[in-house]
Amino acid sequence: MKATPALLRPVELLGGGAVSVVEALGRFGAFFLEAVVVLFTPPFKIRAFLDRIHYIGYRSLLIILLTGAFTGMVLGLQIFITLSRFGSEAFLGPAVALSLIRELGPVLAALMVTGRAGSALTAEIGIMRITEQIDALTVMALNPMRYLVVPSVLAGLLTFPLMTALFDVIGIFGGYLVGVRLLGLSAGTYFGEMQTFVALEDIMTGFWKSVSFGVIVTWVATYKGFHVGHGAEGVARATTQSVVLASVLILVWDYFLGSVLP
Amino acid sequence: MIQIEALTKSFRGQSVLRGVSLTVPTGAITVIIGRSGGGKSVLLKHVIGLLRPDSGRVLVDGEDVTQLSGEALDRVRRRYGVVFQGGALFDSLTCGDNVAFPLREKLRLPRRDVGPRVEAALAQVGLEGVGAKYPAEISGGMRKRVAIARALVTEPEIIFFDEPTTGLDPILVNTIHRLIRALHERYHFTAVIVSHEIPSIFEIAHRVAMLGDGRIVEEGPPDTLQASANPLVQQFIKGEPEP
Ligand SMILES: Nc1ncnc2c1ncn2[C@@H]1O[C@H](COP(=O)(O)OP(=O)(O)OP(=O)(O)O)[C@@H](O)[C@H]1O
Ligand SMILES: [Mg+2]
Repeated sequence: MKATPALLRPVELLGGGAVSVVEALGRFGAFFLEAVVVLFTPPFKIRAFLDRIHYIGYRSLLIILLTGAFTGMVLGLQIFITLSRFGSEAFLGPAVALSLIRELGPVLAALMVTGRAGSALTAEIGIMRITEQIDALTVMALNPMRYLVVPSVLAGLLTFPLMTALFDVIGIFGGYLVGVRLLGLSAGTYFGEMQTFVALEDIMTGFWKSVSFGVIVTWVATYKGFHVGHGAEGVARATTQSVVLASVLILVWDYFLGSVLP
Repeated sequence: MIQIEALTKSFRGQSVLRGVSLTVPTGAITVIIGRSGGGKSVLLKHVIGLLRPDSGRVLVDGEDVTQLSGEALDRVRRRYGVVFQGGALFDSLTCGDNVAFPLREKLRLPRRDVGPRVEAALAQVGLEGVGAKYPAEISGGMRKRVAIARALVTEPEIIFFDEPTTGLDPILVNTIHRLIRALHERYHFTAVIVSHEIPSIFEIAHRVAMLGDGRIVEEGPPDTLQASANPLVQQFIKGEPEP
């Protein structure tokens, strides 16, 4: 290779960086496309799918309940304080419900599951990679995508909306505890105004967000696990990267969806 | 027959294989010996299609596996059984399920046929009754034997063993060697065994090839190899330290 003149070296570095980013994006996309192809070709691994629902969904339940409740209570308190300055505490119910349903429910639930299950998924698949378990599947002429990636992504698709719904319900209840039980708003006002102001559109916005977050989190987690570096350190790095990348993508995608969905 | 032709491979500038050529005859036991870090596992991974060479070919019954992918490569792999150096057992499955896995998923046998074959395969390697344990709950030597059972249970045509006996006690080493020979007499599979068990591996080998310096430095029947005039071979089989 010919040496680059000193002046051009930054350009070369930049170009090299850009090329490797595009390459990585290409691999990331190709990985997903392959998973989609495998998804639509039998045999289907129902058992692995159910296992993943347990792994991603059931095992994240407690953290969802806990964070949902406290998010709702914080919202109840803060929004009550704000609204009382305008004398419109009556709108506490819809304000809490809309924040949760449109925005905080899907995003916070997704972030929590990323920390709880996304990281574990990356570590598990990463360890399977470095201990040659994925190679063992490959040489049995079995596609590791079918056993490890597709069931996880499908489970994400299914469980994220359910967990988001749970988060929303618990959150609304948390807001009720603070607003009604603690601060003395009437329960009828809290829930009644909610029915007036929360539309199906809001619920659908939250639903589409949570579905896409489910795909994003499991896609990132399985991709990072598959493409892990060497040894324990490689697994540790992949796990961190998986959580960071998934969290950033969740927020970016949330903004994007928030601006295109009604 | 497996023909490895002028295979080269380097990793980030480190040249590991520098033109390996070797013929593995059908139905025979071929043993590959060589220094640790010499590239034996890398060589096997080229034959099973896990690594792509920089140049050279690997012909399995005339078909170049280095050029195959997808279903065509899987067709060749269905004839294989592989014992990885580290065992590569699925740690989320019990030992019994590990052995059952290729029967269920690869051969798609009905449930009632799987159980007896798993029992028999585990018994063959002297592990009756560990079927319910997880790989993390048994010793390293037992894991190795479960891996051997998993590779043999489908009765493949071609079996690759990457150091099947390293880490086992001397009695087990001979047990595994006898097992391989007994099964070979029964099924006449083609075997490629990477091994450091010198001299006991010579008892079951039909051919021995020594990998050194990224090439096959000597190859032939065990007697010929042991009598070789090549100083590298002599040093290795006598275990003389570097001068
Ligand atoms: N995926 C890889 N990336 C980079 N280098 C590798 C890779 N796999 C193997 N190597 C290098 O290739 C060389 C040969 O490794 P290999 O595992 O084939 O040795 P071996 O002959 O099987 O040794 P042992 O008897 O200890 O198992 C080593 O120096 C190793 O560092
Ligand atoms: Mg090795």
